[in-house]
Amino acid sequence: MSVDPLGAALPAVPLGLGLAGLLLPYRMRGLSAVLGIGGAAVALACAIAVVLRGVRGADAGVTVAEFGRFPVTFGTWLDGPAGLVAVAVGVVALCVQVYSVAYLHDDERYAPYAAQVSLFTGAMLLVVVSGDLIALLVGWEVMGICSYLLIGHDRRLPEAPGAAVKAFLVTRVGDVGFLLGILLLGLHAHSFRIADVFAAAGSGALSAGTVTAACVLLLAGVAGKSAQFPLHTWLPDAMAGPTPISALIHAATMVAAGVYVVARLYPLFDRSPAALVVLAVMASVTMLLGALSALGQDDIKRVLAWSTVSQLGYMTGALAVGAPAAALFHLLTHAAFKALLFLAAGSVIHAVGNNRMSAMGGLRKRMPVTFWTMTIGLGALAGVPPLAGFWSKDAVLEAAAGSGPVPRGVALIVLCSAGATVAVTAAYVVRLWRRTFLGEPRSEAARTGHEPAWAMRGPLLVLAVPSGLLGLAGLAPGFGTRLGTAEPLAAVGWTTAVALVLLLAGGWVAWHRTSRGDLVAPDTGPGRLLANAFYLDSVQDALVTRPVVALAGLARRADERLVDGAVEGVGAGTGALGGLLTRAHAAALPRAATAVLGGAVVIAIVIAVVLGVTR
Amino acid sequence: MTSGQTLLLATLLLPAIGALVAAGLPARLDRAGRICGTVFAAATAGVVVALGLSRTAGLGQRRIEPFAEIDLPWAPSLSLRFHIGVDGISYPLVALTALLTLLCCAYCLWRVPEPGRGRLLVSLLLVLQAGITGVFLALDLVLFFVFFEVVLLPMYAVIAVWGGTDRRRAARKFVLYTLFGSVLLLVGVFVVVASSGTGDLVALSDPAARPMSAGVQLLAFALLALAFAVKSPLWPLHTWLPAAHTEAPTVGSVILAGVLLKMGTYGLLRVAVGVAPDGAQRSAPVLGALATAAIIAGGLICLAQTELKRLIAYSSVGHMGFVLLGVATLTATGMQAALIGNIAHGVVTGLLFFVAGGIKDRAHTGELARLGGLRETAPVLSGVLAYAAIASLGLPGLAGFWGEAFAVLAAFERGGPLWTTLGVVAAVGAAIAAAYFLRLLRRITHGPAAPALAELGPAARLGPGELVAWSPLIGLALALGVAPALALHWSNSAILALAGVFGR
Repeated sequence: MSVDPLGAALPAVPLGLGLAGLLLPYRMRGLSAVLGIGGAAVALACAIAVVLRGVRGADAGVTVAEFGRFPVTFGTWLDGPAGLVAVAVGVVALCVQVYSVAYLHDDERYAPYAAQVSLFTGAMLLVVVSGDLIALLVGWEVMGICSYLLIGHDRRLPEAPGAAVKAFLVTRVGDVGFLLGILLLGLHAHSFRIADVFAAAGSGALSAGTVTAACVLLLAGVAGKSAQFPLHTWLPDAMAGPTPISALIHAATMVAAGVYVVARLYPLFDRSPAALVVLAVMASVTMLLGALSALGQDDIKRVLAWSTVSQLGYMTGALAVGAPAAALFHLLTHAAFKALLFLAAGSVIHAVGNNRMSAMGGLRKRMPVTFWTMTIGLGALAGVPPLAGFWSKDAVLEAAAGSGPVPRGVALIVLCSAGATVAVTAAYVVRLWRRTFLGEPRSEAARTGHEPAWAMRGPLLVLAVPSGLLGLAGLAPGFGTRLGTAEPLAAVGWTTAVALVLLLAGGWVAWHRTSRGDLVAPDTGPGRLLANAFYLDSVQDALVTRPVVALAGLARRADERLVDGAVEGVGAGTGALGGLLTRAHAAALPRAATAVLGGAVVIAIVIAVVLGVTR
Repeated sequence: MTSGQTLLLATLLLPAIGALVAAGLPARLDRAGRICGTVFAAATAGVVVALGLSRTAGLGQRRIEPFAEIDLPWAPSLSLRFHIGVDGISYPLVALTALLTLLCCAYCLWRVPEPGRGRLLVSLLLVLQAGITGVFLALDLVLFFVFFEVVLLPMYAVIAVWGGTDRRRAARKFVLYTLFGSVLLLVGVFVVVASSGTGDLVALSDPAARPMSAGVQLLAFALLALAFAVKSPLWPLHTWLPAAHTEAPTVGSVILAGVLLKMGTYGLLRVAVGVAPDGAQRSAPVLGALATAAIIAGGLICLAQTELKRLIAYSSVGHMGFVLLGVATLTATGMQAALIGNIAHGVVTGLLFFVAGGIKDRAHTGELARLGGLRETAPVLSGVLAYAAIASLGLPGLAGFWGEAFAVLAAFERGGPLWTTLGVVAAVGAAIAAAYFLRLLRRITHGPAAPALAELGPAARLGPGELVAWSPLIGLALALGVAPALALHWSNSAILALAGVFGR
């Protein structure tokens, strides 16, 4: 019965400070900022200490409850990936907290906002360090509710509350599967400790069928959190949240959680080729769908949101073809460059006062820091060597080209989809870069825009470093060992060459076409299809939302008319019967006297008959 | 008398004496009466805490093993005994009753609903406490029935005097519907007593001393389960609840949802399952299916509700569905889930009704269409509402999660196609709960401020009564979520003994 104190502090400090921050009144901005930044800084320090200390096994944990013969424990498991992902979470959270002080300088609801960011960070860290499935689920769901609160933060956007509800409900639908998967594992392993579950799978206590069922159920939750087809619809709408929140959700928390959990539970997924095939199909659809949808967006944040969907497809694709280390490598580089891209986009939006790229253009000269850092981020996203995304994306492609636990044909689908996505990614990256920063300003605000405060510029510069250089870490053998692979993560092979050709082709087409207006004309059929992301929102609305609402109305009417109607009917019926009897009794004297005499005769007859029978 | 017995008697007598004192004071000393009642409620809570501290480990010889017990002859010619005791299953509920009564009395120090006469309201709350505590403590069937009935009239009075505009109708429906349940309970009690010759629950819990045939057991279980299903309430016997909740004053709703419903689930577990386990075994699939139907039906109806308190009332139907599902599995896991589900529902729904009352007091309406933008005008109130709603939708890390997740686990543990399906459907119900609570929050807290809430001014802040009554519940919802053992460590051995009858 013990918990690693460093591992416990990692989520506990931001969670505790977040809860304390929720109690602060709105006017105490300074203290709120101190609590928020302090929580993230302490978490980062703990995470760095964990990495420096080295890899640890799962601890025994403390028992929080016993349900009959099922003990529930909370414990930590600080393996290699946990430490590195925790550092990424800490860095991004710290940058977001610092950036938010400036970004929300005239928002009176900053205090709860900062506290909710702390809670969000702590919840993600709980997912990362947890050695128990139930504790992991706690972090997983608290993160969901924090995303709900933060996406709904902005009161000026009428679409924000709806987007917040959508984000929570879509992920919650997936989480039904996630909960059932966890319960199934715990039921058969008789423990919720991840290490015990692995042991049970190894010893055969978990049958192959159980493992496959549990893994597929878990994938439903992963699809929700990591925005995989068909549960990806919430992520683009989540752009209604403040931009730093988008950076937090898209980089190191929330969407990363699904990928991380599959990597954490990989010994189980490894035993279930069927679940991996499901994951491979999901990944292949998601990466291309996301990239194509990004092509058709005018809102700069929505481009980035769809790019996240697509990049998450790379990660789940890597998991599906048996390369969790490559998936985690891409998770880390993506965390760096996507956080950078969102914060940079925030600074552009801050300057222009508008999300639409059709109102931007020519910002390169007026915003040099934003321009250069965002260029690094975009290059990393597209996979331009030697920036971070190049190496990690290459590791994914190489894994898909190699031999893995899924059938060859399935891996080939992932590889083809990933290759096509490379070209499309290059295209939307060039489009975004050119339409935002180059050419002539297309609005008055774009003509007069300027760099933001240093609290906002600083995080951009900080994040530009890992966005540029983190990929080179893949060349170091120790890095790969930490992520769980013996081979070097960053390597150059034939897939690299193919990817570079596709990258150049996609980029060239986009450069060529954006010089004469937009890449895909927005008012044509294909333009509308891409802008509406293949109308999957409407499909979801027609297949799920509207039937459920109709069913709810039906249930209410049935409850009021049938169930309660029966009760009221019995009551009214009894009352009416009573009324009838009352009227029968309200008779004049002669009739009443006759009735009494008649009654006496009847009673006398009954007595006589009864006596006669008994005798 | 041992100290444990003195404490046990005090938990019953203190509220009763407090009720007499508070009601006996003249009208001009109304505030003194309320203070007096609150002091008695606080003293009772202190006694309950002392009772918990006096707990000693049992010997494991009997299936019901009270750690404090009084067993006196009452009407020897009828072989009636005054047998009360507290064990791991009943103690958390006794504590919850003491806590909620204290908070409601304290709330009445600052806020008395129309038409005033707060000391009488406090006095009735204390009578309710005595009755409900008696139900949880009774170890004799007839005594159990007596306490079960004691609760009825004070609750009727609370709704009929201090309720909303349609209060008389709602109160009448409540009293008639639950009286119908009581008749079934009475018949059930007499079936058990007549066929086994004793009404003592401890004796009846021993399979060797239970001479009832399988048929009689099924009859007894069916009668008792129906009676408790009305009280819990189990779909489709629930329709008295929304009416009663919508019209009841805030404190009435809190007690009604927080502890009164628990008499049904507790009775099912302790009396119906404990006395007629074979009958329970045979009826379990029906009970499980109805409980799951309640989860889904309650959730869907909530999704289409337009009134705040009605919505929360229907959410109780869904939550109690999870509790009843846990009991119906007849596994130790499920019964533990039911116990923590009971406690969590008492804390969280108690808080929800407090907040709903706070909103209705300010806006003078509970119609969702006329509310909106609460976070603009009353951020703290809106924050507490959001917190309570989130706790109620079963977010892991807060109190509501454990009962729901482990009721599903217990259904899986039973195995087989029926129970597995019930578990999956119940889990889907949890997603519906999220949908209707977020819909509620979206209507009430987001958007521009509605006219009903626009001009709150200083009334937007929480009053002292609200702070005092709400903060313990807020803290407890988090504490139970992080450390469920607070409620569960009392009952694990008792539940294992109870579930041992079924070999689970």
